Amino acid sequence: MSFDVRVRKALGQFTLDRAFNVDTGLTVLFGPSGSGKTSILNMVAGLLRPESGHIIVNGVTLFDSAKGVNLPPNKRHIGSVFQDGRLFPHRRVRANLLYGYRLAQPADRWLDPEKAIAFLGIEHLLDRWPASLSGGEVQRVAIGRALLAGPRALLMDEPLSSLDEPRREEIMLVIERIRDELRIPILYVTHDRSEAQRLATNVVELEQTEKSE
Amino acid sequence: MLTADEWEIVGLSLKVSIVSVVLTLPIAFALAYLLARARFPGKALVDGIVHLPLVVPPVVTGWLLLIAFGATGPMGRIFSDWFGVTVIFRWTGAAIASGIIALPLMVRAVRLSIEAVDRRLEGVARTLGAGAWRSFATVTLPLSLPGILAALVLGFGRAIGEFGATITFVSSIPGETRTLPLAIYSALQVPGSEHAVFRLALMSLALSLLAIIASEWISRRSAGSRPGHVL
Repeated sequence: MSFDVRVRKALGQFTLDRAFNVDTGLTVLFGPSGSGKTSILNMVAGLLRPESGHIIVNGVTLFDSAKGVNLPPNKRHIGSVFQDGRLFPHRRVRANLLYGYRLAQPADRWLDPEKAIAFLGIEHLLDRWPASLSGGEVQRVAIGRALLAGPRALLMDEPLSSLDEPRREEIMLVIERIRDELRIPILYVTHDRSEAQRLATNVVELEQTEKSE
Repeated sequence: MLTADEWEIVGLSLKVSIVSVVLTLPIAFALAYLLARARFPGKALVDGIVHLPLVVPPVVTGWLLLIAFGATGPMGRIFSDWFGVTVIFRWTGAAIASGIIALPLMVRAVRLSIEAVDRRLEGVARTLGAGAWRSFATVTLPLSLPGILAALVLGFGRAIGEFGATITFVSSIPGETRTLPLAIYSALQVPGSEHAVFRLALMSLALSLLAIIASEWISRRSAGSRPGHVL
């Protein structure tokens, strides 16, 4: 099982209480905004702590409230690509790309920077500052940065939502290649039905979250 | 151009101001970080105490320092017992007085900068394999650099003009604690010294102007070609 997740946490007015268990490939977490999709990604990444439950990715327990396991984000080997890219504004593209690569143990690096740069078509951007990039370029660099850190799974939080139509198509092709060629498990959040249908190997539907008692 | 006495005054002023600002910066950063990020009981009180030197008359700050650092004062005992030094009537005392007066301005500048740092970028660094310290050193610290530079400039500007707390705390001893403002004040007390006052005041103006130009230059250089996060 790629992602075995059961999490519970009170978030403001509602209680997020979700469980899903999915196999390899790209799993779309599909649901309206406010259904807790991003919170689930943050919990898998280790940026948000569930009150109870477990998170097991590729057989590795990242969080388990019963066993008292809670790995810090930097020990989880989970790459994240966010809606807004979140590149480091004070580092050039090259330094952004290599941030996680340089921190990774050599044994954990499964992607060569040269290959990643060619794969994403960003060799002409390496010396630029993030502020000078277009939305599509930002997402390419963000994807490269996440992959180069040597993750064992990838989280993507609406990576296409800030892009125009031609850019969406480009990045979707990149995501399909990651899914099919790199064969890394992906947990993908979107509220766009056509995007979900096209990319998903598995779909986890999240309804509007129930109100807490 | 300058007489030996005048060089001594200028040199002492620079020494006192630079030492005070450099030593105050880490304290100011720690306080700013605490006030920007931490939640703890009594935070409003800490915030208030940090800002006191901004509103309390400097002569009162100097008097409080005199009590604290005097031979029987709590800080005075610590300094003499642990480090074997007295700061009262010494240039080190002048640096402490300037540092305390400059502290609130420096904390404010750094705090604004830390509050402007996007904390989600620290989260990104964590997911890329950085521990909490590395995330701080590679994301938080460089992104708050404009505030740190602003704090250095504001602090230096405040320290080099410090008068009230210094003269109260460490007196005006030529070659030891008589910085430029104190030297100007003493010269003013002597009849017929208009020329000396004029020269000292001119030096003070020149120093201030140099500091402003230097700060502009530093902030331009640090901003470099990267757009987007300069204050």
